[in-house]
Amino acid sequence: MNIIIVGCGKVGATLAEQLDQEGHDIIVVDNKASSVENITNFMDVMGIVGNGASYNVLLEAGIERADLLIAVTGSDELNLLCCLIARKAGKCHTIARVRNPGYNDEIEFIKEEMGLSMTINPELETAIEISALINLPSAIEIDTFAKGKVELLKFHVPEHSVLNNMKVMNLSSKLKSKVLVCIVEREDQVFIPSGSFLLQANDIISIIASHKTAIDFFQKAGIFVGRSKNVMLIGGGTLTVYLAQRLATSDIKVTIIEQNSERCEELSDLLPSARIINANATEKNVLLEEGIDDTEAFASLTNYDEENILLSLYAKKRSRAKVFTKITRMTYDDIVGEMSLGVIINPKLVTADRILQHIRAMQNSKGSNVETLYKLVDNKVEALEFYVRSNAKLLGVPLEKLNLKPNLLVSCINRKGKIIIPNGQDHIEVGDTVIIVTTNTGLDDLNDILI
Amino acid sequence: MNRSVIIHILGWILNFEAAFMVLPIIVAIIYGEKNGFAFLITMGLCLLFGILLSRIKPKSRVFYAREGFISVALGWITLSIFGALPFIISGQIPHPIDAMFEIISGFSTTGSSVLSDIEALDYCMLFWRSFTHWIGGMGVLVFILAILPLARGESMHIMRAESTGPSVEKLVPRMRTSAALLYGIYIGMTILQILLLLAGGMPLFDALTITFGSAGTGGFAIKNNSIMSYSPYLQNVITIFMFLFGVNFNFYYLILLRKAKDAFKIEEVKWYFIIVISAIILISLNTGGFNGFFDAIHHSAFQVSSIITTTGYATKDFNLWPGFSKTILFLLMFIGACAGSTGGGMKVSRIVVLFKTIGKEMSYLLNRRSVKVIKLNGKKLENETVRSINVFFVAYILIFSTSFLIISLDNYDFTSSFTAVVATLNNVGPGFELVGPLGNFSGFSNLSKLVMMFNMLVGRLEIFPIILLFSPSTWKK
Repeated sequence: MNIIIVGCGKVGATLAEQLDQEGHDIIVVDNKASSVENITNFMDVMGIVGNGASYNVLLEAGIERADLLIAVTGSDELNLLCCLIARKAGKCHTIARVRNPGYNDEIEFIKEEMGLSMTINPELETAIEISALINLPSAIEIDTFAKGKVELLKFHVPEHSVLNNMKVMNLSSKLKSKVLVCIVEREDQVFIPSGSFLLQANDIISIIASHKTAIDFFQKAGIFVGRSKNVMLIGGGTLTVYLAQRLATSDIKVTIIEQNSERCEELSDLLPSARIINANATEKNVLLEEGIDDTEAFASLTNYDEENILLSLYAKKRSRAKVFTKITRMTYDDIVGEMSLGVIINPKLVTADRILQHIRAMQNSKGSNVETLYKLVDNKVEALEFYVRSNAKLLGVPLEKLNLKPNLLVSCINRKGKIIIPNGQDHIEVGDTVIIVTTNTGLDDLNDILI
Repeated sequence: MNRSVIIHILGWILNFEAAFMVLPIIVAIIYGEKNGFAFLITMGLCLLFGILLSRIKPKSRVFYAREGFISVALGWITLSIFGALPFIISGQIPHPIDAMFEIISGFSTTGSSVLSDIEALDYCMLFWRSFTHWIGGMGVLVFILAILPLARGESMHIMRAESTGPSVEKLVPRMRTSAALLYGIYIGMTILQILLLLAGGMPLFDALTITFGSAGTGGFAIKNNSIMSYSPYLQNVITIFMFLFGVNFNFYYLILLRKAKDAFKIEEVKWYFIIVISAIILISLNTGGFNGFFDAIHHSAFQVSSIITTTGYATKDFNLWPGFSKTILFLLMFIGACAGSTGGGMKVSRIVVLFKTIGKEMSYLLNRRSVKVIKLNGKKLENETVRSINVFFVAYILIFSTSFLIISLDNYDFTSSFTAVVATLNNVGPGFELVGPLGNFSGFSNLSKLVMMFNMLVGRLEIFPIILLFSPSTWKK
């Protein structure tokens, strides 16, 4: 597709890089020449310096031939204007980042009236992601498939767990739980495990399961499942508001520590059920007094990465809480990854991820057989959802008799709404949707999974 | 620095050079010339080294501006060394320095020759000489980019180092498509010129070589008296095509997109038209000895478009023209063609920007508080670009003066030495007096020839890729 990206910040750059690799033709637009050059110097994309909401600039970027315009500048209004002009100037789809909570209630109206294909609110998306993890604290990451019926959950194998030193094939029989281990990350390596693969403590494994079985599985595997009952949030930004609102609906007690007294009053107005503390969270006493020792989840969400890192390290040391750390600048992600900061949250990456998913789905509706495509583990692994048509060569054959490519797993079959986590005896039928997890990237037909 | 990736690219350059040599071999077979073996031997050598080097897989994909400059500079030097071998092996240009001079003059699209009798060369040699103009005009690495799947960032750094003009942009998002488009336009125009020349009754061999010379804006002719012996129709066709190959190729891309209006809005192209037309009128008025008005226009148009595009063909010995006309041609040598064309010189856009900075400085001197941005094509030019144009100009003058000083050691007259540097540094070809359109460069000492070879490469690659090779900090780990 021909894609125009307006705004060359972190999100724009991440999108450009991914979409370029996925074979799209990208033109980036920004009014700062240096930002444009940062991208064009390292990626095979074209750059234009100018205001992305200007008709002439969009014409120069070839809006008439574009299939999609993504507006991710720092300003909501500019993004919306870009999309509006792009709609009028060309016939393209448009995606806008709109983050001001003031527009949040009207977003459906705006989307409808302006003909946007998608709007994205980074803080809201991030809040949704964090709240899912607070509801299931043992998981590091949760992705959903088959319209939310299946979850891919990622978690650490603890030392004391029965999973330690267990072969993958013994897992379902020993725990009497229908889950499938899809991906194992051990240090820098990524495995798609076969039956004889031996799990070890400190592996990061991703399992595929329905939501109910997942909780059941965690219990049997000796992994803490209790939903967090009280949560401490540091920093009272927009993300905190969205998050607290979501948590309030599931009866979780929220404590927010915010330095600015005026902001505290606003928060108290917006979040009547939350406990608002006006204090500086970097003072130890404040955290101790507000009960950091007993909190079950702790999220550092201030605007300062350094402060967030310190706070999370301290929380990790003091409590057994599940810790979330917001990091905005990803330049040193390798070092940050080595520290024990719990779940790293980057709203910009979340935004880029959501947009990419949308684009992939958009493209899939244009003739490819892939229904959805997820990139997992730093893009090393792909999870693809295929719809099975009558031309598939593997119909009716038990999975264990199929000659599958190495590092590839048929991890879930959705048969008329019924979720089957398959073992070797299961087979694939016409009309099923199957999820394939693999490190061989670039599959585009179900028949490609055979050697 | 990522040496392995540079070596890999050099390997590919040699492979492509081997492929290019198929053409002179075919010519040798047609004319039954046994010197075709010189090409066969060179081709073998190119393939030997080329396959060996290109099989070295780059250890890492790291590729920054530094790697871009170095691989382009070394690429062109490698290309020239192997390109000169057929001349030496066959003994047609026995002296290695002369052979190197001739081939660098070819690849850099200069067209200066050390040969006093061109017609004594074999056809295959003449063909190869002219064909190097065609390859060098658009750039070898751009050609390779169009064919090889080089990944992402590296391609932009290579294109920037090899293409002409102050700010190099792609035509379309994908580098491969962009390079393919450029070559598509280039090949299309080349074929058109060949057909038009054939239609005027020019023999096929002449049509091919002369087209290569004008497409690359090189200027190697295959006759001792350049283009003088061809009919006025053929000369006119050549005039027009030299002029066209000196236009920014973005212009043609916009025409292809049916955006002719936008195409004519390119400021550089407008100035290029203005300069060419005024030069033609002034020279026709100043120079006597033509057979009437049309003859005057005909010859001055040929010389003007030959010189401003830095081609260097001639239909008249302009060395004998009056001082004013000669001075105009002399100034045109410096201006050169448009950025993003196959021509050399300082490029019209740089000159336009330099003039605009003078305007900006004047308004600043009159009122210190006045703020004025420099615009090109109606858009604000980044200070970074303006700065790099200024530095380009300074570096250009420095290299120019140093070369002139060294060449004056040969003790030729002032005009000859001076224009020898002008002609090589701007990739024009002929200068005045000794090195005029009917003269050649054989009289210069080896040292002077080396300096001029350096000048030709510096001129074609626009200074920095080549001089970075001599900077110690480039090679530091």
